[in-house]
Amino acid sequence: MTDIDKIQMLEDKARIIRKHVINMIYEAKSGHPGGSLSCVDILTTLYFHSMRHDPLKPELVDRDRFILSKGHAAPTLYAVLAESGYIPVEVLPSLRKTGSMLQGHPDSKVPGVEVSSGSLGQGLSIASGIALSGKLNSCGYRVYTLLGDGECDEGQVWEGAMFASHYKLDNLTAIIDRNGLQIDGMTEKIMRLEPIASKWKAFGWHVVEIDGNKIEEIISAFEEAEITNGRPTAIIAHTFKGKGISFMEWINSFHGKALSEEEMEIALQELS
Amino acid sequence: MDDKSTREAYGDALVELGVDDRIVVLDADLSASTQTNKFSKKFPKRFFNVGCAEQNLIGVAAGLSVAGKIAFASTYAIFSNRAWEQIRNTVAHDRLNVKIAVSHAGLTNGPDGASHQSLEDLALMRVIPNMSVIVPSDATEAEMAVKSEAERPGPAYIRLNRVKTPLLFDKDYQFNYGEAVVMSEGDDVAIISTGTMVHEALEASMMLKNDNINASVLNIHTIKPIDRDAIIKVAKDTGAIVTVEEHSIYGGLGGAVSEVTAENYPVPIKMIGMKDEFGESGDYTELLKKHGLTAADVSNSVKEFLGNIR
Repeated sequence: MTDIDKIQMLEDKARIIRKHVINMIYEAKSGHPGGSLSCVDILTTLYFHSMRHDPLKPELVDRDRFILSKGHAAPTLYAVLAESGYIPVEVLPSLRKTGSMLQGHPDSKVPGVEVSSGSLGQGLSIASGIALSGKLNSCGYRVYTLLGDGECDEGQVWEGAMFASHYKLDNLTAIIDRNGLQIDGMTEKIMRLEPIASKWKAFGWHVVEIDGNKIEEIISAFEEAEITNGRPTAIIAHTFKGKGISFMEWINSFHGKALSEEEMEIALQELS
Repeated sequence: MDDKSTREAYGDALVELGVDDRIVVLDADLSASTQTNKFSKKFPKRFFNVGCAEQNLIGVAAGLSVAGKIAFASTYAIFSNRAWEQIRNTVAHDRLNVKIAVSHAGLTNGPDGASHQSLEDLALMRVIPNMSVIVPSDATEAEMAVKSEAERPGPAYIRLNRVKTPLLFDKDYQFNYGEAVVMSEGDDVAIISTGTMVHEALEASMMLKNDNINASVLNIHTIKPIDRDAIIKVAKDTGAIVTVEEHSIYGGLGGAVSEVTAENYPVPIKMIGMKDEFGESGDYTELLKKHGLTAADVSNSVKEFLGNIR
């Protein structure tokens, strides 16, 4: 496959994931469409290109690991797990429903979900522990974790950031989904994060800034992280909340609100 | 035998356990106090100091256990409470192999005062699903409990003390997770205790003999899962229970015992512990006296209680 074909394949896959996400949240009548859509390209690139993993062998010792720290993007994780083959695509519409394995936030009972998450600020610490164990066992796996930008308000994120750089966890990559919005409004208005790249640099991380909705930039950022020695890499991924759906991009009311039937139909049409 | 603190026993047990390379130990800048420094000297590659960052302490321990390690995470009891939600949402929810072994519990951190004393932790941990709560009564039991917990998969909170206390058990003692230990038998009243307060309870039972009161003494080293059968048995045998703990009377041992008796065999209960109050700076023994937790205080409370109900 040429690079152009590869990127085309990933873009097509991302469109399918977006459709799943729209459908799942519509069926569930609740959820977080905005922040689920902003990170679709990142998760698609991880699961269908950058990560070494085998859905048929989810317990493989040297598999790369992904921890969704911004657990409210669970629909995106479940959709990539289904498209990868960890869980049947048919279970996706059961999201958030009583008795479903697809809990509102990631649950480790779902094949492919390494650890439960959802309470903000905790994924980086957990990912650091997994990365540390990889170092201890001289196991070559890489660990990825996706944080929301609003999530970076949490103090524990910076405890984890200090830890990962202190212990030189160069097998760890944190991606910050920099969509600029958190529940109550713009991140810079609620709690200023800028200069966010400098903050991660100051904590001893290798920092890459990319357009987080451009597959080719995501791929090269992961490649750069892999060849960076002695320190972890933070990828500041500038994204659009609601990415892919014209009426949702940058509209914060879609942070935690399901789509109406009409909105769902327009969204699916746009993705076709 | 010489007195020994349960935290010293923890440090020694870790060194023995360290031959298993799945064992990792984490501390939040208190390794001399918690005694994890013994492990760090012997196995420096498997010891991780996270600095004063308790939320990250629990998160990293969780990650290590997700990857197959048996993680012991230590700090003072009070500061582990700071990561309560991390413990609930990750460690307990996912039944991770993380052993939160905390020292300086109860009033044992006497001189440091209220900010450093942990008097609510049993209630906070007991209420979390999947969480085991263990409070060893002496150094021997502490060593056995720590070794037993290294073997048993799943999360646990192990509460340890700062001060040296008398040894109640010899080397032949066998720690059985979830099983109460009958320390002495009697028909008049049951004194149910946990942690190093068991020693005070035992001494109180000797004092009570002078007044012809025969007390059973039950050592509840595992507060959760609690030994319901043992509690129901002493409730039936004696008809009167006194609980003794270095913890708030709300939600700790007294609460746990009451939950069992209320549903199965209600009997009058007197709870001895901290009465909805903070600790304060002072010598440990003087603090115990001030809060009615010495053997003499327990003995007097038992007499008064029995006088009131009989």
